[in-house]
Amino acid sequence: MVSGPPLAFLLVFFAAPTLIMVLASFRSPGEFGGLAPLVDASGRIDLNVDGYARLVTEPVFAQVFVKSAGYAALTTLVCLLLAYPLATLIARSAKKHRDLLLLLVILPFWSNFLIRIYAWMIILGPNAALARLVNRALAAFGADPVPLLFSAFAVLVCLVYVSLPFMVLPLYANLEKHDRTLLDAAQDLGANAWQRFWRITFPLSLPGVYAGAALVFIPALGVFAIPDILGGPDDTLIGNLIKQQFLETRDWPFGSVLSIVLTAAALALAGGAAWVARRSGGASRA
Amino acid sequence: MALLDIKGVTRRFGEFTAVDNVSLSVEAGEFFTLLGPSGCGKTTLLRMIAGFDLPDAGSVLLDGEDLAHRPPEARPVRTVFQSYALFPHMTVEGNVAFPLQMAKVPPRDRPQRIAAALEDVRLTGYDKRFPHELSGGQKQRVAVARALVTHPAVLLLDEPLAALDAKLREELQIELINLQKEVGIAFVYVTHDQTEALALSHRIAVMNHGRVEQLDVPSRIYGFPNSRFVADFIGQCNLYSGQVVARDGTIVAIDVPSLGPVRVATRSEPALGSSGTIALRPEQIRIAAGAPADAPGNHYRGTVADLLYMGDVTVYKVETSGGSRIEALLANSQGSGAKFFEVGDQVEMSWPVDAGHFIAE
Repeated sequence: MVSGPPLAFLLVFFAAPTLIMVLASFRSPGEFGGLAPLVDASGRIDLNVDGYARLVTEPVFAQVFVKSAGYAALTTLVCLLLAYPLATLIARSAKKHRDLLLLLVILPFWSNFLIRIYAWMIILGPNAALARLVNRALAAFGADPVPLLFSAFAVLVCLVYVSLPFMVLPLYANLEKHDRTLLDAAQDLGANAWQRFWRITFPLSLPGVYAGAALVFIPALGVFAIPDILGGPDDTLIGNLIKQQFLETRDWPFGSVLSIVLTAAALALAGGAAWVARRSGGASRA
Repeated sequence: MALLDIKGVTRRFGEFTAVDNVSLSVEAGEFFTLLGPSGCGKTTLLRMIAGFDLPDAGSVLLDGEDLAHRPPEARPVRTVFQSYALFPHMTVEGNVAFPLQMAKVPPRDRPQRIAAALEDVRLTGYDKRFPHELSGGQKQRVAVARALVTHPAVLLLDEPLAALDAKLREELQIELINLQKEVGIAFVYVTHDQTEALALSHRIAVMNHGRVEQLDVPSRIYGFPNSRFVADFIGQCNLYSGQVVARDGTIVAIDVPSLGPVRVATRSEPALGSSGTIALRPEQIRIAAGAPADAPGNHYRGTVADLLYMGDVTVYKVETSGGSRIEALLANSQGSGAKFFEVGDQVEMSWPVDAGHFIAE
């Protein structure tokens, strides 16, 4: 099954932190942040489920979870629609050009994550060309001007931007392996271009689609920096809530509760995706 | 009118002419083979019939209609690819159903069509298997069933047996012959394997450097090759160049430098002094230990220089006193199955005048 080094890695970097978080979620917040002592002044062990109770009784948290999942899902969908043609283009281009094209895809990683987010503040800012163009167009139809920055739009644009390479790379890795003869065969058997894509290329690329979707959806679910910087007041996502619990409200136990639920949701989704991928991928082994 | 007409088709790739002014026609119900070494243009020609490639000059006509403006998906021809190209994410049933779906055959008619196609290739009961669960031979049959299920006018087969081992290949060759007879669809078969071409075809076009060297029925291709290339490519052949020195009716004497005059029957009437090549099949040469017979024909003595014992037959390479090498084939017909001669043995070779075939230049 899982052999030595990977197992040790998982224990140290995944199981142990998760366990610490699980324990923290049952404790009380400390007076000045952190955690209250496990054994209180009267000598009793202080463990409770207050955090979980709060999560269930106050609907706002469920709403934020749903909204976060919605943003992540939309990001994944847009990334898929943008990445598919791009990955296809790279996979079909001459071998000597592929490395350069792939380099261009991962090039943004070479600059700092926050700097790239701030760059979008400039691009989407009220005095930038894009906002002016949009608002001039809106004015032509008699509509009121809209701000692009500090909006759900800005958050989604940036989420798509930072996530796109994570969709392109697994899709490319999959599409690049496709046997062109299969498309010739499909065409020979009477399939037009759309039928060849929908019946042959797309189903065979599903393992790549699932891998890309997991790599985009899960990080997008927990993101906090992008809504913090580019979002408006309504764009608080679960990542922001968790950050708030630790840094502003200083309620570590409740922050842990939210984190655990997020981790559980992500694991369930990843597991589900892997299961679906295995089922449909089993048949696609040539 | 022929079913499939190839008229003056030429295809160039840059400086290289892959197919050079080829004209041929395939009749309905015919098993037609394009035979040649790799790079001879046979696959390019096949791709132009399928529509994956277009001729630079000339035309491909099916039932008299020029196919130039029809993309591959709109041509009533189907291809069996060398790699089979089965869709790995579909079952056998899904693969065979695919062309029916594309042709918008009503769903209620499909199961029966699929069953019939699978029965034709003797794969009944394999419907639910995925390609990766099939052997090479079974994959090949699925590819054939998938290509035949829509009853195309012509079936194109691109070296469909090349990936299989010899025993299975022979089995599938017989099945292909029977299948073709049964369905009555014209087959255009591409191969570089001359025995396969001889065994399967009604007619063979031997191709070389993008041209058709010879187009004829298998026995004439084998027995009366019209060029050194065809003689050499189809089976083993002794080839001797020389000049016509005498003519007596249908029999000419060719002066071969290392053999002296060789007498050979010919239907053409080569002029005295003209040069050409004698093609002589190893199995047509009698090889014996005894003294020269008096029978009319050609007689040579020589020493066995090399031999290849192949079980059923032995190939002897005999060196004559003139320094010429003659390859002869002799069945190991002794009860022991042992070969008749050893290296160094003196042997007597002879062949009748009508054994050889003279190729004029």
